Amino acid sequence: MAEIVVVGAGPAGINATERLCAHGHRVVLVDEGRQAGGQGYRRPSPGLDLDMAALMGTEAGKYEALHARFARLLPLIDYRPQTLVWAVEDNMLHVVQAGVASTLRFDVLVLATGAMDKVAPFPGWTLPGVFTLGGAQVALKDQGCLIGRRVAFLGSSPLLALAAAQYRKLGCEIVAIADTTPFASKLAALPALAQSPRTLWRGLSYLAGAMLAGVPVLHGVTPVEVVGDGHVEALILRDRRGRERHFSCDAIALGYGLKPETQLAELAGATLRFDEAFRLWLPQCDADGRAAPGLYLAGDGAAIGGADAAEASGGLVAMAVLADLGESVDERARLELRRRLARLRGFQKGLAKAFTWPVAQIRALPDEVMLCRCEEVRIGEVRQAMAQQLGPVEINRVKAMTRCGMGRCQGRVCGPALQEIVAGAAGVAGEQAGRLRAQAPVKPIALCVAGEAP
Amino acid sequence: MSRHTADVVIVGGGLIGVWTAFFLARRKQRVVLIEKGVVGAQSSGTNFGNLRLQGRFPGQYPLSLRSQALWEEIEALIGEDCEFAQTGHLYLAYDDEERAKLEGYAQVSESHGLTIERLGPSDLRKRWPWLSEQAVAATFSARDATANPRLVTPAVARAARALGVTIIENACVTDVERSSGGFSVKTADGAHWSSSALVNAAGAWAVAIAERFGETAPIIPAGPPQFVTEPFPYLVEPSIQSVDGSVIFRQIPRGNIILAGYPRTAADPVNHRAPVPPAKTLAAMRALARVAPILAQCHVIRVWSGIEGYLPDMIPVIGPSLTMPGLFHAFGFCGHGFQIGPGVGLCLSEMIVEGATSTPLEPFSIGRFRESVAVSEKFRKEFDGA
Repeated sequence: MAEIVVVGAGPAGINATERLCAHGHRVVLVDEGRQAGGQGYRRPSPGLDLDMAALMGTEAGKYEALHARFARLLPLIDYRPQTLVWAVEDNMLHVVQAGVASTLRFDVLVLATGAMDKVAPFPGWTLPGVFTLGGAQVALKDQGCLIGRRVAFLGSSPLLALAAAQYRKLGCEIVAIADTTPFASKLAALPALAQSPRTLWRGLSYLAGAMLAGVPVLHGVTPVEVVGDGHVEALILRDRRGRERHFSCDAIALGYGLKPETQLAELAGATLRFDEAFRLWLPQCDADGRAAPGLYLAGDGAAIGGADAAEASGGLVAMAVLADLGESVDERARLELRRRLARLRGFQKGLAKAFTWPVAQIRALPDEVMLCRCEEVRIGEVRQAMAQQLGPVEINRVKAMTRCGMGRCQGRVCGPALQEIVAGAAGVAGEQAGRLRAQAPVKPIALCVAGEAP
Repeated sequence: MSRHTADVVIVGGGLIGVWTAFFLARRKQRVVLIEKGVVGAQSSGTNFGNLRLQGRFPGQYPLSLRSQALWEEIEALIGEDCEFAQTGHLYLAYDDEERAKLEGYAQVSESHGLTIERLGPSDLRKRWPWLSEQAVAATFSARDATANPRLVTPAVARAARALGVTIIENACVTDVERSSGGFSVKTADGAHWSSSALVNAAGAWAVAIAERFGETAPIIPAGPPQFVTEPFPYLVEPSIQSVDGSVIFRQIPRGNIILAGYPRTAADPVNHRAPVPPAKTLAAMRALARVAPILAQCHVIRVWSGIEGYLPDMIPVIGPSLTMPGLFHAFGFCGHGFQIGPGVGLCLSEMIVEGATSTPLEPFSIGRFRESVAVSEKFRKEFDGA
């Protein structure tokens, strides 16, 4: 019997696990979270009385269904919550659980590691009160907390309107939804977005709801500055006509879409390639999620597609595993899933055009803007290091010289912006700047987890 | 094909190569330095950054002290800050055998004029109360120092360039041969350099050049695994090392603690990769927590390594070729080249320009590999085959 380990208990990981179990396999499901569900389908903390049905809106049915399926699956699997996978080496995962390091052997590794926010820095973004958009949603779903009473949503992502709608339901005042991508780009992306009319309609309805409630909705903005004395007090933007707009607020949710968590995939042997649409280094897999022998990638950790795509890709990956183990799979179901996944991910490609990563805005940022919060490196320090004689031009060398991307988050937060700053300063396309290489530990681990010296 | 001439061609843009270029340029030589990647990318840029004078190979002290004098004036020499800091180095012994080893080191150091302080458990408790109480003895040398290895090599390279050295990065040497009156060096881009002297400072890749001239050395590529923690309130002033080599650590002003430890790890000089096995990360974490329990909750955030050249007797090759006049070797620094780097560059420049150096370098001759060389105990301890 092959040792199958699935990492990540969101819709992709749960669906893959369920299918593999149905074929009589014993699966170890490892998850960093306290409860299954991943980010999008996150369950509130135990004992917290949150009306999730209201919060999840149109997705409430899927949310309940996933958690009900997981409850049925639980007795059949070796489920390990609150377990961090910090390294992969050969056929071994290195994990930390309950403060103790141990290893977990596998023959087949399914990574469903999900995604995190993509953020672009701008003046004042490190002030307390600025949250990532995902962080704002975690505070809400996990703890029933709002990040502020009067919140501005800024960035470029369909999730801005979604999160704002969730916040509005809980009585938060939304002072603005401001998107850096011009409206014309959204119109141009409509044919691609029409591949998934239901999702398109949902996105439009969130925006319409905000507008009906009198929330200012702006497209094509340029973030100017977050101002405040020790805490967010206002967001200043330039609108598409170049007028400066001032929004008084006590918190800002900042998000430019999602970025796959690819570190484990990279350590496990996946090849990464620069994707021009997302402007990110993404792991390469075939249509079913095969990335390397014995390595399968599913969900947003492989390619951003959202919850429905994650679920489909989890199913496909499970079928690929079964087929590779010599078992028979339902070819018709497989073709149907492939079609569905291609459509959903195609929709995301459309979204990447409608909600663009603001390359020009980032490259034009002034020197004094903080780029790397962990190591407190400003954009000017990177440009200065690169401009000197024999200065670095490749991103890993830039990291070595400036410490940008060298801190607690290992470039997971500043990486995409650093990519643009380096490419801009070197005068090359994004890809030629190189890729920040993943290193274990993928997240910090305390000395004491290693145990006592002999 | 472009043809150029120079007095000296240096192959290898690590610390040794750039310091050699710098001192040759100060002696009015026309120097070309050729580096296959970028300067300071391998062991020169990825090592621990220690400038330790205690516990070195006894025959290396004249070179080592000469080198430390250069380090002590590095900013004046090259005009850039490399985070040089004379923090001192504390060696810890955990049993009688280790205590005897420390005493042996201390006597060698003192015979070369260094000041070594001997400390017992109560002294340690007074000065570093957060150290675990298991150490039975320690020695402290205040002259030992640290610098930031990431910054040094490019900074020295810039200083060399300012003195007129031609530095060529991303140029792979494809051929080296004798030519009339010296050497002819070709690179992958078709450039062709002629020179009267050649310095082989190609680190883990140096043997290929030596073998072109009928010499060899049993070099082994390996990586020095390094680890760094999140920033922590400033606490650790000196570099601190267990004398068994299981851990060495220091804290930089930003607050991060850098640590390293044996055994060393395998490196791949073909693909330029030196991965750090997770088991080694855990071993280093355990070793640090044993020495400094106060750090138990401190998180390791990053690991790295680089590619170094090792030799079985754990001492480098430095000096003239025995088969080819005008060829000089400086490679195989066995993980302790950072401290002696400037001194090696200075001695090589003296040999090349004045024909001799006053610093005794006989123990480092490549000739020792003509017979089978004794494998050092240090070598056995520092490698585990993994």
